[in-house]
Amino acid sequence: MAAININGRDHAVDVADDMPLLWFIRDHLQMTGTKFGCGAGLCGACTVHVDGQPVRACQTQVRDAAGRTITTIEGVAGRVAQAVQAAWQKLDVVQCGYCQSGQIMSAIGLLAQNARPTDADIDQAMYGNVCRCATYVRIRAAIHVAAKALA
Amino acid sequence: MWTHSVHSPRRNASRRSFLRGSAAVAGGLVIGTYVDFGWRGALAATPQDPPAPNAFIRIAPDNTVTVLIKHLDKGQGVATGLTTIVADEVDADWAQMRAEFAPANAALYNNLLFGPVQATGGSSSVANSFDQLRKAAAAARAMIAAAAAQEWNVPASEITIAKGVVAHAASGKQASFGALADKAAGMPVPGEVRLKDPSDWIYIGKHVPRIDSVAKTTGTAQYALDIRRPGMLTAVVARAPRFGGVVKSFDASAKRAVNGVVEVVSIGSGVAVLARDTWSAIKGREALKVEWDDTKAEVRSSDTMLADYRKLASSPGLPAVRRGDAEAALKGAAKVIEAEFTFPYLAHAPMEPLNGTIEVKDDGSVELWAGSQFQTVEQATVAAVFGLKPAQVKINTVWAGGSFGRRATPNADYMLEMALIAKATGGKAPVHLVWTREDDIRGGRYRPMVLHKVRAGLDASGRIVGWEHRIVAQSFVVGTAFEARLVKNGVDYLAVEGAADLPYQIDNLAVDWHHASSPVTTLWWRSVGHTHTAQVVEVMIDTLAHEAGRDPVEFRLSMLANHPRHVAVLKLAAEQGGWGEKLPPGRGRGIAVHESFRSFVAMVADVTAKDGAIAVDRVVAAVDCGVAVNPDVIRAQVEGGIGYALGAALRNKITLTDGVVDQANFDSYEPLRISDMPAVEVHIIGSSAPPTGIGEPGVPPVGPAVSNAIFAATGKRLRSLPWDFSTLKGV
Repeated sequence: MAAININGRDHAVDVADDMPLLWFIRDHLQMTGTKFGCGAGLCGACTVHVDGQPVRACQTQVRDAAGRTITTIEGVAGRVAQAVQAAWQKLDVVQCGYCQSGQIMSAIGLLAQNARPTDADIDQAMYGNVCRCATYVRIRAAIHVAAKALA
Repeated sequence: MWTHSVHSPRRNASRRSFLRGSAAVAGGLVIGTYVDFGWRGALAATPQDPPAPNAFIRIAPDNTVTVLIKHLDKGQGVATGLTTIVADEVDADWAQMRAEFAPANAALYNNLLFGPVQATGGSSSVANSFDQLRKAAAAARAMIAAAAAQEWNVPASEITIAKGVVAHAASGKQASFGALADKAAGMPVPGEVRLKDPSDWIYIGKHVPRIDSVAKTTGTAQYALDIRRPGMLTAVVARAPRFGGVVKSFDASAKRAVNGVVEVVSIGSGVAVLARDTWSAIKGREALKVEWDDTKAEVRSSDTMLADYRKLASSPGLPAVRRGDAEAALKGAAKVIEAEFTFPYLAHAPMEPLNGTIEVKDDGSVELWAGSQFQTVEQATVAAVFGLKPAQVKINTVWAGGSFGRRATPNADYMLEMALIAKATGGKAPVHLVWTREDDIRGGRYRPMVLHKVRAGLDASGRIVGWEHRIVAQSFVVGTAFEARLVKNGVDYLAVEGAADLPYQIDNLAVDWHHASSPVTTLWWRSVGHTHTAQVVEVMIDTLAHEAGRDPVEFRLSMLANHPRHVAVLKLAAEQGGWGEKLPPGRGRGIAVHESFRSFVAMVADVTAKDGAIAVDRVVAAVDCGVAVNPDVIRAQVEGGIGYALGAALRNKITLTDGVVDQANFDSYEPLRISDMPAVEVHIIGSSAPPTGIGEPGVPPVGPAVSNAIFAATGKRLRSLPWDFSTLKGV
């Protein structure tokens, strides 16, 4: 199988090819910033970027990730990512923080596509990311803050 | 948008405290304290374990000030809160502050409100730590000043400390904490300390950034799920599909069937599959065949159980409170309103599923990594499995991905599983036990299923003359170490709190509890009994106000003469929420007020009813939790409490069919999503009262405020939770 490029580094795949990317990243590469929340594509805690698009790592088998470019929270960089992380910190969005890697990866994906999202755009793009602490009010606000910073 | 001011409380600022210095750890000053808090303190100050470094504050030569956090931070922000208290009293610069979770040690790190137990819960972390940490920090500050005075050969009284800079004005000398740390460690610990006047607070009541924001936005914060030990195996457990079921037999051929599976062992309550990685463990469990013994298991469906509850509620139960003669008053009432409210089992479903790592050391001692919430209980439970002393079980507490009560169990449930697996496998390799989301949703420890039956009577003038209230619920403290504290005259206080002590002036009151029983395991769920009692009391009050033709706010105020803090939040919420404004058709505004964990919260909710559905547009909250240590964290907790309560009220229920849980993951137990989240405003009342809870008090008023708003919008009373919107069709 082709190597999987994660955060700019190629990793040989030495696991069953149907293993979800989530467990390959977490258990075999020991990169733990990407979280396990449901294992069923229902909560978004495991969101990573595959070729720049937000994707649920728990629903992506390693064979489908082979040859692709993966970015995780540990490797995310660039103007949009910086603006999103800075906005999250400025508004102290996090509570338990466990879902926030995924929230941030989805928010970066949204702002990369849509520079000035409305509340409705945000609700649509972030719908799949569950936060049990319900930091949603601040997630909305932080995305607006990041958008403003990028304008 | 919030209002906040801190007035100077009249307090004895030089209360005697008993402070003990201890050996410096890695250089610098270490401060610990034994503080006399009356009877609780007397219990607390009895050291049970061999003394460990008794430390709350570490000032290091590198100029960092580290606060040892004795509580679990599961998102409620206690690491920031406790650090704020120390930073303020020691006069540090915020940038030099660090937080570190304290080791498990009941003698040093007990919760002063709980007795000799290190534990986090009951929204008590800041409340019990406030004076303790201020005194410890004041002692540290005095020792730094003494060190500077000796170093510069000037009177200590002339030393000033501000934002981490120690100075002597006359000589122009200055030093950092770090430069004085080693010398300060050798200074005598003051027997008495003078605490700052609240008017001098520099961080308390102001804004400081959360101490965990950077780590949690860069993927570097370490949770239990992120612990990796050399040679570690991951375990998942097949548990009985019915509560109370146990393993009869199992076929371990999964060990051969799935690559990566290393071992399969029974732990009685289930069968553990250990593998090289989580995925292989999950696959291995799928291949496992277990036969269960359901002899003692719950086999009823939840509908049947509820019918059983209804039968119980038709007669009086154990009296929680009896005031006047409710029965006679109801007989003589001009109008009697009778209502039933039902509440389902609820899973806590924290984002990070339960998990932890255990390692048996060469010397037989044991080390754990977990989002440990009841360290003392967990230490003792794991120690008992291995025949060790509690002190031989080291707990590394790490950031927890939520809890909402789930990680705090009287029998240390998942920690016990970890220990049993490690024991069964001979402690050969470190074991990381992981619960999947399905394990979490189906795994019990639910908010109990509850049925309330209430009869309340009005006289001809619209005054409440009598209130008879029966509550049917399981208890999760009867039969545990918590029973002595929480069960009074046979009544589980946690089942009736918020109802038995309702604040309204009602002369004839009877509140009863029926002890329902089932093998289904139950537990405290963010705000515990208040999750249902607030809904019942505040919806009933709204109903009675309507029946009496009175304004719901005015009606409440007329019965709260002895409750000024309820009155203040009620008035503030009403004012900020636009109470009394006329709304367009289809929109409704509701109000509720509730005290829990010694804090007071009122909420005004706005809803829009459309096509048989309800959207919650806005919630305005007014909060009195005493001194607001971190106003922004308080706002965050109330925002989060609103979302947590709303998600459950909108659509969450755990139901059983023939004893088997019907739900499994976030599709059948769908949490609140961002599109469901209303706009939120939190207004904090300025207060000089001691700080009280905030993690939980934002939850109880949500259900009733929204239920009352739904009534205002539609004329329909949705009493039970989750709301059944099908009754709104055509409204």
